[in-house]
Amino acid sequence: MTTAEATTRPTVRTGPTVRTKARRPWTPGQIVLTLIGLAVSVVFVAPIAAALFTSLKSETEAAQIPPHWLPKVWTGQAWKALFDTGNITNWLLNSLVVSVCVTSVVVLVSALAGYGFARTEFRGKTVLMGVVMAGLMISPAVLGVPLFTTVQQMGMVDTYWGMILPQCAPAAMVYILYKFFQGIPHELEEAAFIDGAGRWRVFFTIVLPLSRPSLAAVGIFTFISSWNNFLWPYMVTNNPDLMTMPNGIATVMNSYGIQWAQLMAGGLMAGLPLIIVFIFFQRQIVAGVAHTGLAGQ
Amino acid sequence: MTTSAQTVVVPARTKTAAASATLRRKQGFQHGGWFVAPFLALFTLFVIWPLLRGLYLSLTDANISGDDTHFVGLDNYREALHDSAMWDALGHSAYFTLLVVPCIVVLAFLLAMLAHNIERGKWLWRLCFFAPFLLPSTVAANLFQWLFTQGIGMFNHVFGITTPWLTDKSYAMLAIVIETLWWTVGFSFLLYLAALQGIPDHLYEAAKLDGANAWHRMVHITLPLLRNITGLVLALQILASLQLFDQAVVMMDFGPGPELSTRAFVQYTLEQGFTSYRVGYASAMSVIFFVLIAVVALARMWLLRNREEGVR
Repeated sequence: MTTAEATTRPTVRTGPTVRTKARRPWTPGQIVLTLIGLAVSVVFVAPIAAALFTSLKSETEAAQIPPHWLPKVWTGQAWKALFDTGNITNWLLNSLVVSVCVTSVVVLVSALAGYGFARTEFRGKTVLMGVVMAGLMISPAVLGVPLFTTVQQMGMVDTYWGMILPQCAPAAMVYILYKFFQGIPHELEEAAFIDGAGRWRVFFTIVLPLSRPSLAAVGIFTFISSWNNFLWPYMVTNNPDLMTMPNGIATVMNSYGIQWAQLMAGGLMAGLPLIIVFIFFQRQIVAGVAHTGLAGQ
Repeated sequence: MTTSAQTVVVPARTKTAAASATLRRKQGFQHGGWFVAPFLALFTLFVIWPLLRGLYLSLTDANISGDDTHFVGLDNYREALHDSAMWDALGHSAYFTLLVVPCIVVLAFLLAMLAHNIERGKWLWRLCFFAPFLLPSTVAANLFQWLFTQGIGMFNHVFGITTPWLTDKSYAMLAIVIETLWWTVGFSFLLYLAALQGIPDHLYEAAKLDGANAWHRMVHITLPLLRNITGLVLALQILASLQLFDQAVVMMDFGPGPELSTRAFVQYTLEQGFTSYRVGYASAMSVIFFVLIAVVALARMWLLRNREEGVR
C-alpha cells in the first residue's frame, strides 16, 4: 500500500511545473482508454443522477410513462414533503448516534484486544485467538433468530443499546489490528519499559499514535458498514422513531404505496452524506477500505 | 504497581535479551487479560452466547415468546432436511452466488485495469466506480426497483425493451444480480486497484526490454501477481453473497418474489422465526447455515495452506 501510494502521489500532488513535466501527451491509446473510462463512469453514475432528477419532479411527473430524465417542472416538493411528513430527521439522528457509537466502541475495543493478542501473554491466549478467528465467519445474518432472542432476553429490543452493542464485536477488526501490532518493532516498546513506563502507558503513548493509519482504516470501514447496516436494525426495531435511515426508508416509506419522488429524495438523504465525505477524504477512505480488505489475505 | 514494575526494570537495563524477554512476559502477565477483556465480553454476549443458545433452541420447539418450550431432540433438523422450501431458498442463495461472484471478479479486475492504465483523472474513476458502494443497501435496492419497474422504469426505456424484470420468475433474480453488481463491484475494484499499484514498475520495464508486448505482460506478470487478491475477492464475495438478504427483500417489496423465486436462505430463516414464530425451527436452520459458511471458510483456508506448501 505505502509504496503504491508513493508511486501514485506525484501525479496527484505535485505543483503545476512538475505536473506538466510528468504528464505525457495524449497518445491514441490514452484517448481510447479515457473515452471507455468516461462511458463506464456514465453507466455507474446514471442511476444516482436519475434518482436526483426524479427527486426534483412532482409525484405525478415521476410516475409518468414513458419516463424522462430531466424534470419538465423543477420542484422541491418531494424534499419538502419528506421533511414535513416523515420522521426523516429522527432517522438521520438515529443513524448518526448508532454509527458514531459503534465506530468509537469498535475502534477502542478492537485496538485493545488486537494489542492484547499481539503483544501480551496470558493464560488461554492461543485458545481465545482461535475462537476469535472462528468468529470471523459469524454475522447477524448467520445468527439471525438466536441473536434476536438473546437481545430480547436482555430487554434491549427497540432500544439504542440493542441496535449498537451487537454491532460492536467484529472479530475481523481485532484480527486486522492484531496483524498490524505484530509488525511494530519490539524495541520501541522496550525503550519505554526501561524508562519505567507500564503496559498501559506504552499502549496509549507509543503504540496508539504509531497506528493512527490502521485505526483510521478500521474506523472508516466500521462507520460505512454501520451507517449502511440494514439487517440488524431491521430485526431489532419496530418503532419508527428509533429506526435508522436505511431501515426507515426501506420499511416505512415503502409501506404507504411508494411515492417515487419522495423515496428517491429520502434515499439520497441517506446516501449522499457518505458520498460527499468520500469526495473530500477520498485518499484516506480508499486506503482504509483497501487496507481492511487486503488484511484478509 | 509502578514500584514493582520499576524493580523489575532496573536489572533488565544491565542484562541481555533473555532478561528482556522475561520482562516482556512479566509485563504481559500483569495486564494482558485486561486488554482483551472488553472485546471478549462483547464477543461472548453477542456471538458465542447466541450461537450456543441457537444450538440449544434448535433442539426445542420454542416460539417467539419463549413460554412452553419442550425438548424435541433432532426433530427440527429432520424436518429441515425434508423441507423443500428450505432447499429452494438455499438453491436461490447458491444460484445468486454462482451468478454474481464470477461477474464481480471479472468486472472488478477490468475496471481496475482501466483505472490503473488511464494516466489522467484517477480520482474521477475511483469516485465513479466506488460511489455506489457507499449507498445503503436498501437505497441501492429501491433505486433499482424503480429503474426496473415496468412502465415508469428507466432501464427498459433506455434499452428499448419491455422485460418484466420484477414480476417474472425468470428475470427477478437477474435483476437482483444486476443491482448487486452495480452496488458492490466498487469494493473489489478498490482491492484490485491497490494490488495493481503494488506491482513494481521495474518488472514491466524488464519485460518490455525482453520484447514482451502488452498482452504478454498482462498474462505473465499482472495475472500471476494478482492470484492472491483474486482468492481473497472470491472468498469475501462468496461469503457475502450466500448471505443475500437486503437487496432481494427490498426489490421484491418484502415478499418472496414472483413464484417464490427470489426467497433467499436468510429471508426464509427470518420468516420462520418472526412470521411463523417458530424460533426452534429457525435456530436449526441458522445452525445449518453456520455449518455451510464454516465449510466454505475452512475450504479456503485449506486451499491457501496447500498453495503455500506448493510454493515452498
